[in-house]
Amino acid sequence: MTNVSDSELSSTAPRQLGRLRMLDTRRVNLDGFVVPNPELGLVAMASPYDPQPSLVIRDGRIVEMDGKAEADFDSLDDFIATRGIDLGVAEEAMAMSDLAIARAAVDPAIPRSEVVRIVAGITPAKLAQVVALLKPVEMLMAITKMRVRRTPSIQAHVTNQLDDPLLLAADAAMAVAYGFRELETTVPVLADAPSNAVALLIGSQVGVPGALTQCSIEEALELRLGLRGLTTYAETVSLYGTEQTFTDGDDTPWSKALLASAYASRGLKMRVTSGGGAEVLMGAAERCSMLYLESRCVSLARAIGTQGVQNGGIDGAAMVASVPDGMRELLAENLMVMMRDLESCSGNDSLISESDIRRSAHTTPLLLAGSDYIFSGYGSISSYDNTFASSNFNGEDIDDYFVLQRDWGVDGGLKNRTAEDLEAVRRRAAKATQAVYRDLGLAVYDDERVEEVVYANDSRDLSAGDPRAVLEAANAIEGRQLSVIDIIASLARTGYAEEAANVMAMMRERLKGDHLQTAAIYDESMNVMSKITDPNDYSGPGTGYEMSASRRHEIDDIRQARSLAELVTDQKPHEGHIKVTEVGPAEVGTNPREVCIGVSPAFAKTVWLSLSGLTIGEVLRQISAGLEEEGCTVRYVRVPGTIDLGAIGLITARLSGSGIGIGLQGKGTALIQRRDLTPLANLELFSIAPLVTAKMYRQLGQNAARHAKGMSPAAILGLGTDEAIAARYHARAVALVNLDREACEPDRGPVTIEVQR
Amino acid sequence: MNDRLSVEAAVEGRLHLDDLRMDPATLGFQADQAQADGNDQLGENLRRAAELVLIPDEELMALYEALRPHRSTASELSELAQSLVQRGAPRCAELVTEAARTYERRGLLR
Repeated sequence: MTNVSDSELSSTAPRQLGRLRMLDTRRVNLDGFVVPNPELGLVAMASPYDPQPSLVIRDGRIVEMDGKAEADFDSLDDFIATRGIDLGVAEEAMAMSDLAIARAAVDPAIPRSEVVRIVAGITPAKLAQVVALLKPVEMLMAITKMRVRRTPSIQAHVTNQLDDPLLLAADAAMAVAYGFRELETTVPVLADAPSNAVALLIGSQVGVPGALTQCSIEEALELRLGLRGLTTYAETVSLYGTEQTFTDGDDTPWSKALLASAYASRGLKMRVTSGGGAEVLMGAAERCSMLYLESRCVSLARAIGTQGVQNGGIDGAAMVASVPDGMRELLAENLMVMMRDLESCSGNDSLISESDIRRSAHTTPLLLAGSDYIFSGYGSISSYDNTFASSNFNGEDIDDYFVLQRDWGVDGGLKNRTAEDLEAVRRRAAKATQAVYRDLGLAVYDDERVEEVVYANDSRDLSAGDPRAVLEAANAIEGRQLSVIDIIASLARTGYAEEAANVMAMMRERLKGDHLQTAAIYDESMNVMSKITDPNDYSGPGTGYEMSASRRHEIDDIRQARSLAELVTDQKPHEGHIKVTEVGPAEVGTNPREVCIGVSPAFAKTVWLSLSGLTIGEVLRQISAGLEEEGCTVRYVRVPGTIDLGAIGLITARLSGSGIGIGLQGKGTALIQRRDLTPLANLELFSIAPLVTAKMYRQLGQNAARHAKGMSPAAILGLGTDEAIAARYHARAVALVNLDREACEPDRGPVTIEVQR
Repeated sequence: MNDRLSVEAAVEGRLHLDDLRMDPATLGFQADQAQADGNDQLGENLRRAAELVLIPDEELMALYEALRPHRSTASELSELAQSLVQRGAPRCAELVTEAARTYERRGLLR
């Protein structure tokens, strides 16, 4: 190995533009982007190999669909042609132009029901072509109108790396407190599944009843848990867009249809899962676009008779987003589900990008338009603990989500809760689970564990515990075939009457079957909200879902919001650290070396601390020292008649013997002004008060003195920043200016003041 | 119908999973409602569900298993369809018969 000196390196290495060197480090460049490749199905909206829409009906049966004769139908075509298309409307619908149907989807004057009627008669290729005609904003309009349920909602992932039942229950209870109405868990260790299902069931019914729960595992095992009432809905029933991938998934449309009926026969709500990119990842996309293959999935979902679909941002989301139009395709997936009159559980389910900008760009459109479920799994726990892999938004992002709801005034389904509320439901859920596990002889967790769980952010905050406890509990649940009835009895025996009653209420409601209708959720009073009871009635501005005043208040009342009074509570502790006395009306000075510092009305009355964290006494001391170092004399004045710093500066300059004045607001904003300038044309301005340091105030004083002496000022460096200064400080700046406003005496002229420290 | 479903009954051991069984008539009613609301396929699914209510869990699992790819021969599916007809599940039987036709043509039989 030879040593190469730095100079040799720099002389041989090609120089790189500094801007690109910086860009290379940006997180977006960790994402993979690929050139479209139709041969592999790596194309979002349209492949040259996508079939052209066609439909031929003979003697009441479909004999040709999307360019394929009946004899050539694969199993997916067969199922769709037999069960998925409304022959009563098919000829009328297929005769319509793609554009006419696309416009109908967007046009608020055309009722949702009419669009649904038409779409029931079109083929998969036709629906894909229709939605591909819509621009993104038109898709949002269509989603606003076409989603099934009027009231939007949201689903959570609740998991942890340890499958710790107490933590699962506590996190489930917290998710419900936040407003999630469906909770989905899964396992890193398959055999733990029964324990996870039980913990989730208990935690989900703490506080308010009615949240639906599921445990996402292999199809047959998942069904077994549901049969015993340990889960209340199912969603991991996967559909794929080609015969090969469908078969690789170890199912056929007929087995899935039977599964859908099996769930319904036991009163479980059920939806299927699909989503673009899966076929590409499984290497059998048959050269078709992701949109067309997903359209086949959605047609199959309708044909099978399931009430809903989870798609548009599931496991393959990042794959879809790697090609042009990827995010648009994902949104189109959700829209196709809605147009087929099915519940949309709208993805946002896996982290689509390393870039915060891109992942927000993926979620925001759906948040604005609203969906039956805006997320088919918001990661309500920490990103680390999400055993599905991270969602597009996670526990870390929940304050962002609350704020986004408030920013846009839209209902994303969640509400902020107080720390006391959250602590109470976490403790109740952990203790109830502790009690049931002990009572049923599943596992023993001590009180210390409960407290650890209550205060834990995620499973990394828990001590190791007994690593075999969960598996043994799960084996016991399975071995003894414990059911929801055992859980209810145990909750009641151990004193958790409310939770026992809530779980029992879920079972009672289940027998009514109203939740089997499309897009059903229970609200917090156990009322079913579905296509039947809460149909989307959007038909233009002024119609559709509107938040109640109390719901709007929940969204607006985030824990970070402060009143103007609360924003200035940091002033009080510094009160009186300098003493300012008025000595009489300010006269015009005659000393050419005199520089006046003019302060704002509330300075040293109600404002004591500047935005940079320096006290006003220190700010004044530094400016004065700077002036004196340059040989100037200082006179202090107050300008009580205005809060406008430009005016304060100009009035001050006109009082100064030198004609140079410094205007200073209590919040720390300062400027140098000269008597013959206009109010806004000052010499130097520190507009970003939070960033000004003591040294810079001193330099400001020095520069004012130089102006007074007719010398050139020195450049003051250090005001550059990448902070969102306005976001951080503007609210406090307004509160401090408001104090100046309250102290302002418009009829009073400037007064000379003395300052004592 | 729900009077039996109480927490007390669960504690006293008087409740069994059978008590949580759906009533086929309820599923039929929900099917009517889905169809009246424009979704024939959801209605059909709920009618198949009504047929499956009385089929025990293990048999239900077996029925699902039989329809998965490469699990059954043509004659096994045909027998399954006949038994479903006999047990008052004609819609499920039709599903199996239809599957058998396609599985044969597409090589999805065992």
